[in-house]
Amino acid sequence: MIENNKESTSTVRVKSMIEQNRQRQSFRAVSEKAVPTVLLVIALISILTTIGIVFVLITETFEFFNRVSLVEFFTGTVLRPLSQDPKFGILPLINGTIISSAIAMFVAGPIGMMTAIYLSEYASDKARRVLKPVLELLAGIPTIVYGFFAFTFVTPFLRQFIPEMSATNILAPGLVMGVMIIPMIASLSEDAMSSVPNAMREGALALGSTKLEVTFKVIIPAAFSGIVAAFVLGISRAVGETMIVAIASGSSKNFTFDITQSMQTMTAYVVEVAGGDASPGSTIYYSLYAVAMTLFMFTLLMNILARYIARRFREEY
Amino acid sequence: MKFVTDIKNTRQEEKQQTTKVYETKDLNLWYGNTHALKNVNFPIYEQEVTAIIGPSGCGKSTFLKTLNRMVELVPSVHTSGTIEYRGENILAPDFMVEDLRTKVGMVFQKPNPFPKSIYDNIAYGPRIHGIKDRKILDEIVETSLRGAAIWNEVKDRLKENAYGMSGGQQQRLCIARALAIEPDVILMDEPTSALDPKSTLKVEELIQELKKDFSIVIVTHNMQQAARISDRTAFMLNGELIEYDYTDDIFQHPKDERTEDYITGRFG
Repeated sequence: MIENNKESTSTVRVKSMIEQNRQRQSFRAVSEKAVPTVLLVIALISILTTIGIVFVLITETFEFFNRVSLVEFFTGTVLRPLSQDPKFGILPLINGTIISSAIAMFVAGPIGMMTAIYLSEYASDKARRVLKPVLELLAGIPTIVYGFFAFTFVTPFLRQFIPEMSATNILAPGLVMGVMIIPMIASLSEDAMSSVPNAMREGALALGSTKLEVTFKVIIPAAFSGIVAAFVLGISRAVGETMIVAIASGSSKNFTFDITQSMQTMTAYVVEVAGGDASPGSTIYYSLYAVAMTLFMFTLLMNILARYIARRFREEY
Repeated sequence: MKFVTDIKNTRQEEKQQTTKVYETKDLNLWYGNTHALKNVNFPIYEQEVTAIIGPSGCGKSTFLKTLNRMVELVPSVHTSGTIEYRGENILAPDFMVEDLRTKVGMVFQKPNPFPKSIYDNIAYGPRIHGIKDRKILDEIVETSLRGAAIWNEVKDRLKENAYGMSGGQQQRLCIARALAIEPDVILMDEPTSALDPKSTLKVEELIQELKKDFSIVIVTHNMQQAARISDRTAFMLNGELIEYDYTDDIFQHPKDERTEDYITGRFG
């Protein structure tokens, strides 16, 4: 049938075929009208799920604050959920989360950015075609592998230089998390930079700029909102990362700024408690929701901030 | 009769007075295996408007971009021969291309302002060349915008994004941006082809003004434009420089048959 169509290219046949198809027009009209509704319903699935999650988080968090005061939760530096005299201060977890994410961004920010600059501005087409997929492959490694790597390789390696470092510490998972985030920051920043039109580069070069000046004074400012988005996604990823810190940083709820010590992040706390003996209805059970809610607020605020920054410094072209 | 000889005499004098900015000798250029410029010998004179005309693909834009070595952005380009700019061979391997481009500005076919404010667009060039003093920058911005005949239109919105301007304004902004680092030569690659007739007229008038201070090389596919604004015109075809003379002579008494065919509209 298809071959038949190919052979006869006369207009008459095409016309009659279109005519035939027109007879089905009514079905087409109905389906065209149905499509938006169907798509809307499908789009609502993810929105409704999110709303459901937030709803559960909020109600259970309320229950937690019936038992533990807001002041204790947000200002307490002691987290001792399982002791005879339980204490629920979230500061050790917030501290652990911020420190591990900061270490990760300290690694991933500069390296990811420099990788993006190389790929977008300096690499030949050939080099880019090889390097970018390899980089994105790195993003596909399961985090448990990274965690294992941090615990069995990075920590022992670091202890050769810092003997007093404990076997579980925040430094190693922080560094490894950074490595994990590099591809994300590099790839997204590269996308933003290479979508800046070539005419900008030409304009700047024609004024006697060096390539480095073009990159830092024209391309990066023009791609700034995309780069901010890449960094925010990177930070969100670091804040939300669970497995690496759970494995390599242990479960000490230390409130300290010494990065050679074990600390716990919010996510790792949720893993520990959810996997342990949190019987439904107990305070420790509800504390899971309060911690998760805090985590959620964290990432939400960061996203809002990032949107603001991206809009404030946007260079439209 | 005396009048005619007078003109001839002045022209003779002019010829002696004008110095060459560029002297191109046996320039050949290849894009990979495509021979795009063939033995081009092309002097360019100071404080004149030199127009290059010719059909699409004749190499006129390629030649223009060779004058500030922007052509090298295409990875597969290689050249032979020499281009002397003020006595220095710019094709020499150790020649600093940034120095050349600081002295030789360029205006592109499509306006390409940076996605920054009007002020920052103009200040970009001076800034990368080390001028940081706010007062001096303010002055440069004003002078350049005045020089490009756009100051009155934009003086109240210097902080606004350049992309809020019309196409013609953007192109004059790009000319102002080139003026800001006080170049010696300005190369223009079909600067009005993306503009409407009114904006085109403004840019053409501007070019006439600029000629007093700068040497201008303009590539155009619009022959009337070449006739209107240039002092000398070069006709290129298939990578060769066919004919190069005073604009009046080219358009009134072309020596080469191909030039005549092109000018009279027989092809191209």
